Amino acid sequence: MSADHHAEHPTGISRWLFTTNHKDIGTLYLLFAFLMSIVGGIMSLVIRSELWQPGLQLVEPQFFNQMTTVHALVMIFGFIMPAFVGLANWMVPMMIGAPDMALPRLNNWSFWILPFAATMLMLSLFAPGGGPAGGWTMYPPLSVQGGMGVDFTLLSIHMLGISSILGSINIIATILNMRAPGMTLMKMPMFVWTWLITAFLLVASMPVLAGAVTMLITDRHFGTHFFDAAGGGDPVLFQHVFWFFGHPEVYILILPAFGVFSQIIPTFARKPLFGYSSMVFATASIAFLSFIVWAHHMFTVGMPLAGELFFMYATMLIAVPTGVKIFNWVSTMWRGSMTFETPMLWAIGGVFTFAIGGFSGLMLGITPADFQYQDTYFVVAHFHYVIVGGSAFALFGAVYYWLPKWTGHMYSEGLGKLHFWLTMIGFNLTFFPQHFLGLAGMPRRIPDYALQFTEFNQWSTVGAFLTIASQLIFFYIAIKAMKSGEKATGKVWEAADGLEWTLPSPAPYHSFTVAPKIK
Amino acid sequence: MSIKLIRQFPGFVSRLVLGLSLWLVAPAVFAEYGLNFQRPVTPVAHKILELHNMILIICVIIFLLVFGVMFYSVFAHRKSRGHKAAQFHDNSTLEVIWTVIPFLILVGMAVPSTATLIDMSDTSKSDLTVKITGYQWKWKYDYPDQDVSFFSTLATPREQIENKGDKNEHYLLEVDNPIVLPVGKKVRFLVTANDVIHAWWVPQLGVKKDAIPGFINEVWAKVEEPGIYRGQCAELCGKDHGFMPIVVSAVSQEDFTKWVAAQKDKAAAESASSDKTWTKDELMEKGGKAYASTCAACHGAEGKGIPGMFPALEGSKVATGPVEDHIKTVLHGRATGKFSAQMPAFAAQLNDADMAAIVTFERNAFGNKTGDVVQPAQVKALRK
Repeated sequence: MSADHHAEHPTGISRWLFTTNHKDIGTLYLLFAFLMSIVGGIMSLVIRSELWQPGLQLVEPQFFNQMTTVHALVMIFGFIMPAFVGLANWMVPMMIGAPDMALPRLNNWSFWILPFAATMLMLSLFAPGGGPAGGWTMYPPLSVQGGMGVDFTLLSIHMLGISSILGSINIIATILNMRAPGMTLMKMPMFVWTWLITAFLLVASMPVLAGAVTMLITDRHFGTHFFDAAGGGDPVLFQHVFWFFGHPEVYILILPAFGVFSQIIPTFARKPLFGYSSMVFATASIAFLSFIVWAHHMFTVGMPLAGELFFMYATMLIAVPTGVKIFNWVSTMWRGSMTFETPMLWAIGGVFTFAIGGFSGLMLGITPADFQYQDTYFVVAHFHYVIVGGSAFALFGAVYYWLPKWTGHMYSEGLGKLHFWLTMIGFNLTFFPQHFLGLAGMPRRIPDYALQFTEFNQWSTVGAFLTIASQLIFFYIAIKAMKSGEKATGKVWEAADGLEWTLPSPAPYHSFTVAPKIK
Repeated sequence: MSIKLIRQFPGFVSRLVLGLSLWLVAPAVFAEYGLNFQRPVTPVAHKILELHNMILIICVIIFLLVFGVMFYSVFAHRKSRGHKAAQFHDNSTLEVIWTVIPFLILVGMAVPSTATLIDMSDTSKSDLTVKITGYQWKWKYDYPDQDVSFFSTLATPREQIENKGDKNEHYLLEVDNPIVLPVGKKVRFLVTANDVIHAWWVPQLGVKKDAIPGFINEVWAKVEEPGIYRGQCAELCGKDHGFMPIVVSAVSQEDFTKWVAAQKDKAAAESASSDKTWTKDELMEKGGKAYASTCAACHGAEGKGIPGMFPALEGSKVATGPVEDHIKTVLHGRATGKFSAQMPAFAAQLNDADMAAIVTFERNAFGNKTGDVVQPAQVKALRK
């Protein structure tokens, strides 16, 4: 391939189908993710609408269960994960002074698997018998009972997993091999560190999910009895295998968010990140610990006492490095010279809401107490605080932070702040009451509930509609900034630091074709 | 003026916030306010509530301290107030301190948690054993030593769920046959399931345990005071997961003994009724009721089923074909592969009279006009 051929800036549909450019692929991932967030968001409104009051008003229980199941699968695998991969694609090469990802054609394929996987997942809802309805966790024997919709979903998950594994291999190869000369590992930006570690988590855990899902497929159709006691198997085996993937998965969802917070806060505090090496070490500790806590999702399953105690202690331990990270962010802010543009609002807000989720997570990790919380709305509140309050807030922050670099235009600061505050209010209104619902005794995954749970459910439903409606502001802002708005400088933010800010805005189609010198 | 006050006493704001929050949090530790667990009625449930309150308070204090510092910083260390950024960026001593102190706090939490868990796992020396089996979508209770056995199904009328009537006080938390336990006795529960994973949960007893088909889990409780305690299934088990509640009726030992005797009489009466000859009208009435509580969940209130999932009975080959095949289907279940779910066997769940009534009903309702009348004795004969 000649140098001229590579220097082209293609256009049209074939540009997007065949691109090997990390910026284009990053854009594709981000657009796909935000599209999926709309689909998942609509499902959440179906759920919250049915839960507005006791009684079945809108949907049948079986369809309600399909909504809760597919909502989670779409949000986790269709929104959060691809969005962070999109950020990685856009930013990692620029942040390390590399011209592109290590394996550009593999990069294209990693993305293009996703629309097909998503289509399979959506089609499952139209299969005879409907979509999967056993929760995103798909526990057998219930998931062995389901119809063809489950098979569509299981195959979709295989495709999603392949995409993640290939993408992660690419990220690891890029970060380890393509840093500009002088950029040692301990000089890399935190966002790059968190993605390096996340990529290792993905490579280690996604194949385990593939194993669990395959065993479900063979139990359903090929006469195996992995999860069937009558055949000599054990339903709980699935839970162990699934959660061995599932727990690292949630750290996959949050570590890049931590990386984003670590980029945004120093910029707007005009002060270097506090405790860089501690932050690296804490992230690595969290990643290691994430492999030895999985059974805290299974405390009521009937494990021996020693097992329950081990998993309780290991789970509690994760609070230590997580706390260290929060203390370091606060110390970065301390005695800084802060301004509160939209990215900073998201970062501070995200640390705040993530911390609330972190505390409810600690409470859930206390085994005897967990017997009251497990499978209730307390758990639902917890994971929405960490995934939405942590990961999604970080995503919004990251988009506002880097959008000027991508598009060359500043977004509307007033509208950005409005989006933040409406989402913050709506989100807390939706999920804070759910802690109390769980404590009061409301189980999860039910379409109808006893009368005493009505008031908090209504607060939650109002909050959900407010939150989803507020995202329309975000779409308006993002689309508008693609085409118009105040011209952005290369540095964009007064105290921005890092290789990406040495490039013009918008960043050139090919950047760092010559490696920069690192001081 | 208030801004001046805040500037002069930066600690004032944090103290104010701390005080307000504790004042708000304090009521939450009392169960009656609806912001905390339901009132505990077993020693284990008491311990869990205490543990929960202790950990919640510790978390709230740490949260207020950390975010007190952060929000102070947000107000004081801002560019608009002219604050210039310091440039320090590490401190090893601080890192060690804020690693060790949280670790020690966690150890402090882990000690009482461990003690509670050890206590909860000791099911020995129980006074009574009850076997609990989760079904889609009801519970079965067996008292092996007392030879008592019955199903416990949601009693809330369908009309209330469908918003055709006002919902009563215990909407979705009421059953036809509650599990009855003696107060002050250590009860050992053996928990299992018939089909998929369920979970037996009664918050006031502090008991939640997964019910796993093919395996038996053990858990215990000692109810301290008589009363009615309500819970729900706590593991997604299919479409009516939200409609299979648990009601515990805790009574004195004396009342418990009387109840056991009454259950035995009832069982005897039921097996007597299978030798009786019933009229068609009696069977249709009994069958209609039994159908509504046992079969309608899958086959539909109008016998139309759910396409792809549960077959319709209206005009079905089973309900209009040979009577013997129909009875055997209800007794032993069915899996043709045409529908995603398997029909479970109802031999254990329905006595002869109920089953005969249901089969009679199905053969003469929903537009099926077989005219067949099935007697309990016919069902009994086919049970072998």
